[in-house]
Amino acid sequence: MQYVVEAENLRKIFDNFVAVDGISFYVHPGECFGILGPNGAGKTSTIRMTYGFSPITSGSLKVFGLDITKSWREIRARIGVCQQENNLDTDLTVQGNLETFARYFNIPKKEARARAQSLLEFIALDHRKNDDVVELSGGLNRRLILARALINNPDLLILDEPTTGLDPQSRHQVWARLEELRAKGISILLTTHYMDEASRLCDRLIIMDHGRILIQGKPVDLIQKQIGHSIIEIDGPSPELRAYVQAQHLDYEDIGHRLIIYSWNRDDGGKLFHRICDHFPQEGCILRMATLEDVFLKLTGRELRE
Amino acid sequence: MKHSCLKETQSLFNIPRISRRFIRVWQRNLAVYQKTWKVSFLPPLLEPFFYLMAFGVGLSSLVGGVPYRGFKTSYMGFIAPALIAINIMNNAFFENTYTSFVRMYYQKTFDAMLATPLSLEEIITGEIMWGATKSVIATVIIQGVISLFGLIRYPQGMLILPLSFLGGIAFGSLGMYITSIMPNIELFNIPVFLLITPMFLFSETFFPIENLPLWVQKLSFIFPLTHLVRLTRSLSFGFIDAGMLWNVAYLIAFSLIFFPLALVKMHRRLIK
Repeated sequence: MQYVVEAENLRKIFDNFVAVDGISFYVHPGECFGILGPNGAGKTSTIRMTYGFSPITSGSLKVFGLDITKSWREIRARIGVCQQENNLDTDLTVQGNLETFARYFNIPKKEARARAQSLLEFIALDHRKNDDVVELSGGLNRRLILARALINNPDLLILDEPTTGLDPQSRHQVWARLEELRAKGISILLTTHYMDEASRLCDRLIIMDHGRILIQGKPVDLIQKQIGHSIIEIDGPSPELRAYVQAQHLDYEDIGHRLIIYSWNRDDGGKLFHRICDHFPQEGCILRMATLEDVFLKLTGRELRE
Repeated sequence: MKHSCLKETQSLFNIPRISRRFIRVWQRNLAVYQKTWKVSFLPPLLEPFFYLMAFGVGLSSLVGGVPYRGFKTSYMGFIAPALIAINIMNNAFFENTYTSFVRMYYQKTFDAMLATPLSLEEIITGEIMWGATKSVIATVIIQGVISLFGLIRYPQGMLILPLSFLGGIAFGSLGMYITSIMPNIELFNIPVFLLITPMFLFSETFFPIENLPLWVQKLSFIFPLTHLVRLTRSLSFGFIDAGMLWNVAYLIAFSLIFFPLALVKMHRRLIK
């Protein structure tokens, strides 16, 4: 089977800074593949190499089985890209943006108009097609960028933080559209800071840090392997409670004002939670499912980046 | 050092990355121009009126006639072709400095285009071709106005149109080169002050160059505008001679230096 994206020992070095340090990953057809990582992990550099914006320093990168350094034009004709910045063409209207972009792909005028119309309906922006894009809100901007990336009917959609800065309604709108596209069989490669977004959309993902891949797999498997089943969080533990936890030989993390106890199976977590609640009824203690965010923080640490 | 040399050769090899697709970028700029053409139309329409009134009518009573190619011409007739040349310079230069910079830096239009089958070299070529097109549009308008005053001899004057495209390429390439090395938009004042203003004044535009000290005369031959003014003036008066080939050759050589330079420097600036 041919991979949609095939990166082997991929490296990107800026003047004296290694942004991507020899990573390998494969995106299957029809799959939604996520790249996660803290700021400066190398996500955007990886994505930019994938659509031939940044030249690769070394390694190999194939998209649709074609070498990006040689066949970049052919590859770009078959992918749609939502870059991180809002870079809609502010000199043009909503419809003008789509039709002008279609021209960059050599799509004939009549065809471009028809596609623009159906995409405007797809993102529910049909009624604003003659507005200037500067009048659009952040959420509408993002939806229009998504529509613009679809103007060439791409086989692969590349999204660099597609919902950063959006309100919850707009995020869900974008997710719904992406899920529709995935159902149609489009492969998706995305970066995100939001773990709920990655859990919801991604079939498989990698977590990167300092230009390297820390882990890869399906979101559920990663949670089970790295964290277990559930988590008990204790907010502002008393010295007695801290001593109690220490004495239990638990897998836990002490981050000062908060204790985080990892529980590998469902029953243990529940029992422990009830014991703590019974013994220390005054403490703020919660039991919850382990999430991808726990995996992410465990692997990349809790220190601020940048 | 070795690294930057490598980059340089890579960029040079990228010159074959120019296909006819640059037209797509040109078309994008045309589409924007069509949205605002009623406003964009006015400056080239009104400016020659102002200049001809101020200098041609107001000043010519003081100046009288100007010697040109062995005969005396009216001052209005002397400066009218220079107004065309200045507009060729300004339209391409300002399009490929301020306006291209806004597209590149603030609107990120080039970044968006780089996610499509366009190469950076095609984008920059499209921009420069568009700048030259604006020179041609301005020339059509200005030349029309000036022709109403009976200051251009035809059919020789028709050659000013293809010339305006060549002039536009020369000044647009210079502008694009400056854009590629300009850290921020405020700094464009410097090349305007150091290049455009001296050219505007000392390129045989408003007075014969013989009136100036010899070193200024020599310096003015470096200015592409001097060559462009000589050409527009010769054609306006109906002269066509072999000497003009030198002026054309200078403009071509100027373009052949700054056009590839703009491509290489832009590549280095934007492709990281």
